[in-house]
Amino acid sequence: MNADDLAEMARHCRDEAATVPHEVRVCMAASCQSSGALPLKEALKEACAGGDRACAVKGVGCMGLCSAGPLVAVTQPGQQLTDAVLYRDVQPADAAEIAASIGSAPVERLRCPTGLPFFVRQQRIVLENSGVIDPESLREYVAADGYSALLKVLGEMSPGDVVQQITASGLRGRGGGGYPTGLKWSTVAKSQDTQKYVVCNADEGDPGAFMDRAVLESDPHRVLEGMAIAGYAVGANKGYIYVRAEYPLAVDRLESAIRQAKREGLLGARVAETTFAFDIEIRLGAGAFVCGEETALMASIEGGRGQPRPRPPYPAELGLWGHPTLINNVETFANVAPIIRKGSAWFAGIGTPRSKGTKVFALAGSIANTGLIEVPMGTTLRDIIETIGGGIPGGKAVKAVQTGGPSGGCVPAPHLDVPVDYDSLNSLGTIMGSGGMIVMDETSDMVDVARFFMEFCMTESCGKCVPCRAGTQQMHGLLDRIARGEGSGRDLALLEELCEVVQATSLCGLGQTAPNPVLSTLRFFRDEYERKLVGGR
Amino acid sequence: MPEVLVRPAQPSDDKRWKLVNGTMRRNGYARHALIETLHSVQGAFGYLDVPALRYVAASLDLPLSKVYGVATFYHLFMLEPKGRHACVVCTGTACYIKGASGLLDAVQRHCDVATGGTTEDGRLSLLTARCVGACGLAPAVVVDGNVLGKQTPASLLGKVGELP
Repeated sequence: MNADDLAEMARHCRDEAATVPHEVRVCMAASCQSSGALPLKEALKEACAGGDRACAVKGVGCMGLCSAGPLVAVTQPGQQLTDAVLYRDVQPADAAEIAASIGSAPVERLRCPTGLPFFVRQQRIVLENSGVIDPESLREYVAADGYSALLKVLGEMSPGDVVQQITASGLRGRGGGGYPTGLKWSTVAKSQDTQKYVVCNADEGDPGAFMDRAVLESDPHRVLEGMAIAGYAVGANKGYIYVRAEYPLAVDRLESAIRQAKREGLLGARVAETTFAFDIEIRLGAGAFVCGEETALMASIEGGRGQPRPRPPYPAELGLWGHPTLINNVETFANVAPIIRKGSAWFAGIGTPRSKGTKVFALAGSIANTGLIEVPMGTTLRDIIETIGGGIPGGKAVKAVQTGGPSGGCVPAPHLDVPVDYDSLNSLGTIMGSGGMIVMDETSDMVDVARFFMEFCMTESCGKCVPCRAGTQQMHGLLDRIARGEGSGRDLALLEELCEVVQATSLCGLGQTAPNPVLSTLRFFRDEYERKLVGGR
Repeated sequence: MPEVLVRPAQPSDDKRWKLVNGTMRRNGYARHALIETLHSVQGAFGYLDVPALRYVAASLDLPLSKVYGVATFYHLFMLEPKGRHACVVCTGTACYIKGASGLLDAVQRHCDVATGGTTEDGRLSLLTARCVGACGLAPAVVVDGNVLGKQTPASLLGKVGELP
């Protein structure tokens, strides 16, 4: 397929869609599927069948408001979610009523208003197709301008131009570290090695984070397109997606997307009839959190135990099988095609001076609107929790918001006005992380939260370096003692000392950041620890 | 002289080995396809036993120590057979906050099974997962591959009780 074929396919697909006046979109992402979206879709198909083909029922990706699933949107073709009639908690028994309402008054009892801040306050770049297109259809992705960035790059731009565009956009790694993506790309591009690799890190291990899963399930082609553009820019001809085995649906959709892209000649030996070759293979994780660390991830792709090694050398110099390797996260790759399509200046105009673009967050815990949102960088935490998230249910008060999972920390209620960007969160002792946000209300016990994360790090420690292997064990023991009300002032002092040692001396990010939840809760909620000590403080 | 590759004998003539052999063949018997191969064995047989590990090691020309090392490193690989049903309680942050430990307690007490263990009659295994990514439905439990959201001890025990 070349650029003309692609444009033709997009036109054809749009024309075809325009002949059907109404579209019934059923969310087919994992969360809604667990609430029964599959039988619902069948029921809707049956209810809408016959007649004069006035509406088409299709499965789409995540619409965001996971706690209200299964979600169904009735729209006109190509319409965005905010313009749709959205229904929540829909059951197969409601199908007939919904089918009958199409073209006339909506079914009010099932309606979920789309004028809510949850919907209108979002700015969707990464999720622009989520909940709109059928993730299993390459044609629908193409109709939404899919693969046009890849063909533009291959036809009009040199690899250097592409790296330059990404650098100018100010995109930073969305996996949590925030390393400038353009800089990483240019390091790999500069290497003279004839064999290079592109790796997509889809080992979303932070508990409470499901952004990457939603992207993979809702718009898998976007990730493939981003990877292929990266391959062209850095001079790699082979890509791997390392994805958690816990996400079977995401794996399925990726596999089918790769098959379709190969069939259409958008991946393979001659991408879009050019001399550029690029292939993508999926590698399955097997349940090890540490494999999210890039050197451990590479060890796992090579078929070994997922144990990290010291850096430097960084993967950009010495990666898979000793060759330069570009590793980016799912969301980072998902931003690439829009940047190429709309230009780096457009992207750089969104967000804050040092954190550009948008960020996808997974809201969970004590919050009314549990689900997935995408907002510009720099939106305040208060805005996200109270306005977009709908606040805390049951009239309770926010106590803290945990970001960054087991490597992050808590932002206490008095600091909720912090703008969410890499640097502001760092100054509060937490991190952006991959995007999990767990809201805790006044009933949460912060010592227990710290113990929970330490237990996590302790079991997930790979055992290679002593500070992490032994340190997390000891810190967990101390936290457990304090949480049970049997700890002394000496235990607390020892805990703080250990935090420092483990942070400073561990081999990889897992150990270096394992003390963060403790340090952060100690910083803002020290009195809770002290109240639990034997004999008070 | 060209190297003659001798494929090791299968541990048994069970038809499921075909699936495993297919995985290895698709990956050109590459050593780095070890994890894929182990996934395939576990998918076919439910767990990894010693004869299976030996067979994979010999087929991919890897030392058994390496295969054993990988099989024991990753949480998803099981070296013992599971029960006929699996109840996996998610213990991710969101589920933890919304009461996953209460769910675990309930199943442990009601079915007399420890976390990570299997009931004496081999009917049910109780497992935990780090995060199944269904945080919007917390607390979530995966019973025989189906994700059940917003569980309470009573609703979960009901589901577990219904299993044949």
